Amino acid sequence: MEQVLELKNIHYAYHTLEGETPALTDISFALNKGEFVSIVGPSGCGKSTLLSIIAGLLEPEKGLIKINGKYLKESTTNVGYMLQHDELFEWRTIYNNVILGLEVQHMLTARTKERAHELLDLYGLRQFETSRPSELSGGMRQRAALIRTLVLEPDLLLLDEPFSALDYQTRLTVGDDIGQIIRKEGKSALLVTHDLSEAISLADRVIILSGRPAAIRQTIPLIFDLSEDTPLNRRNAPEFKTYFNLIWKELNTDE
Amino acid sequence: MSNLSAGQQKYLLMHRRHKRIVRVSRVLILLSFLFIWEFTANVGIIDSFIFSSPSKIALCFFGMVVDKSIFLHLGVTLYETILSFLLVIAISILVAVALWFSSKLSEVLDPYLVVLNSLPKSALAPLLIVWLGATKTTIIVAGMSVAIFGSILSLYTSFTTVDPGKIKLIYTLGGNRFHALTKVVLPSSIPAIISNMKVNIGLCLVGVIIGEFLAARDGLGYLIIYSSQVFR
Repeated sequence: MEQVLELKNIHYAYHTLEGETPALTDISFALNKGEFVSIVGPSGCGKSTLLSIIAGLLEPEKGLIKINGKYLKESTTNVGYMLQHDELFEWRTIYNNVILGLEVQHMLTARTKERAHELLDLYGLRQFETSRPSELSGGMRQRAALIRTLVLEPDLLLLDEPFSALDYQTRLTVGDDIGQIIRKEGKSALLVTHDLSEAISLADRVIILSGRPAAIRQTIPLIFDLSEDTPLNRRNAPEFKTYFNLIWKELNTDE
Repeated sequence: MSNLSAGQQKYLLMHRRHKRIVRVSRVLILLSFLFIWEFTANVGIIDSFIFSSPSKIALCFFGMVVDKSIFLHLGVTLYETILSFLLVIAISILVAVALWFSSKLSEVLDPYLVVLNSLPKSALAPLLIVWLGATKTTIIVAGMSVAIFGSILSLYTSFTTVDPGKIKLIYTLGGNRFHALTKVVLPSSIPAIISNMKVNIGLCLVGVIIGEFLAARDGLGYLIIYSSQVFR
C-alpha cells in the first residue's frame, strides 16, 4: 500500500542550560494513504513534539522522515496541522481566516477562492463568512480552523489535541463531525491525544507511547463491525470497551 | 419602540439619568473653577499679578487673536509637534520591528535603550542647540528625544507578547518570519500602537515646548518664556 508518511528511528531531545531532556527515542512507524492513526501516551511524553517534527517545525537529532516517498526537506506535499486552539484571528472575518494559508503560500487564485467558499458552504459556515470568530461557537470555530487547513489540500493532516479546549458535549459532536469530514475528504491523518475514547472512536490504528523519553510501546489495530462506522456509533459498539481496557492497561503497566 | 417592558424602560431611564449626571457634573466643575479663580483674584485673596485671572487671560487671548500673533505661535508649535510625532511613530515602529526580528540585536541594545530612555532629555536640550544650531530641526529633535526611546521599548514589548500559538499557526501554514510579522504581530499590536501614539503626542508637545524655551523666535514655548521674562 502507498505510504503517505514514513518515520525511521527518530530521536529528539530538548536542550536547556540545565541540561538535556530526551523527548523521543527511536520512533519508527508508517502511515498508509487514507489511514487515520491515533497516538496516545502519558501527558508530557513528547506527543506534540513528534507532530512538530513531522510538520518540519523542529529538526530531529537523528532519523529519517519521508512524506509521499520523498525526504521531508525535498517534499513539496502540503502537511496540514491543526492546533489545540483554533487560533482564528479576531481582526479577520471567517472567510479571511480560512484563506490565511493561501495568502501565506501565494496560492490565492480564483480557483482556490472558489474552493474556500465551497468548503465553507459544505460544512455549514456559509452565512458566517463575514462574521468575526467571536460570533461563532467553539465547534464552529474548530470547523473553520479545519477548513483553513483543508483549502491547502494537504495529503496528510496532523491533529494536535484539536478538541481538548472544548467542553465535553461539544467535544463529542465536534470530534464526530471533524472525523467524518476527514474521512469524506479522503485525507490521511495523525491524531495526538490523551483522551483514549477519542483515539478509539476516530482511528484505524492506535499507537501507544511510553512516558518520557517516548518510545513506541505497542500498536493496536482497531476493527469495528459496524454497518455505519462513525465515531459516535463506535462509542456504543461492544468492541469499544474491549479496546479501551486494552489500551488503558498497556498505558499503565510499568516496564 | 413602545412595546418595551417596564423593566427595560426603567433600565433605559436610569442609563440616561446616569449619562446626564456625568455630563452636567463635568461642566459644573469647570465653571465653578473659573468662577472661584475670577472671584478670588478680584477681591484680592490671590494676587492677580502672579496668578492672573480668567478675564485677563481671555482679554489677552482676544488681543492676540486680533493682531493674529497667536496663530503664528500656535501654528509653529503644532507643526513642530506633529512632525516630531510622526517621526517618532515611524522610527519606533521600524526599530521595534528590527529588534523583534533579531533577538541578538534586542539583547545587545536593551541596556542602552533603558539608559537612553531614563536620560533627562530637557537637560540635554542646550547640548542639542550646540550640535544642531538654534533651528527648527533642533526643536523637532528635542520633541522626538523625549518620546522615542520609551516608544521603542513599549512597542517592542507588545510585539514580543503576541500569542506564540498564533505565530506557530503561521509556520504550520508554511509561512516564514516575515509572514508572522505582517499577518500576526503588526495586526495584533494595533491597539498597543494606538495607545502608544496617544502617549507620544503629549510627550512630543512637552519636548517641543522645552526646545522652544531655549532656541526659538516663535512658538508657544517661546511665548511662555518671553511672557514670563517681561511679566505680562
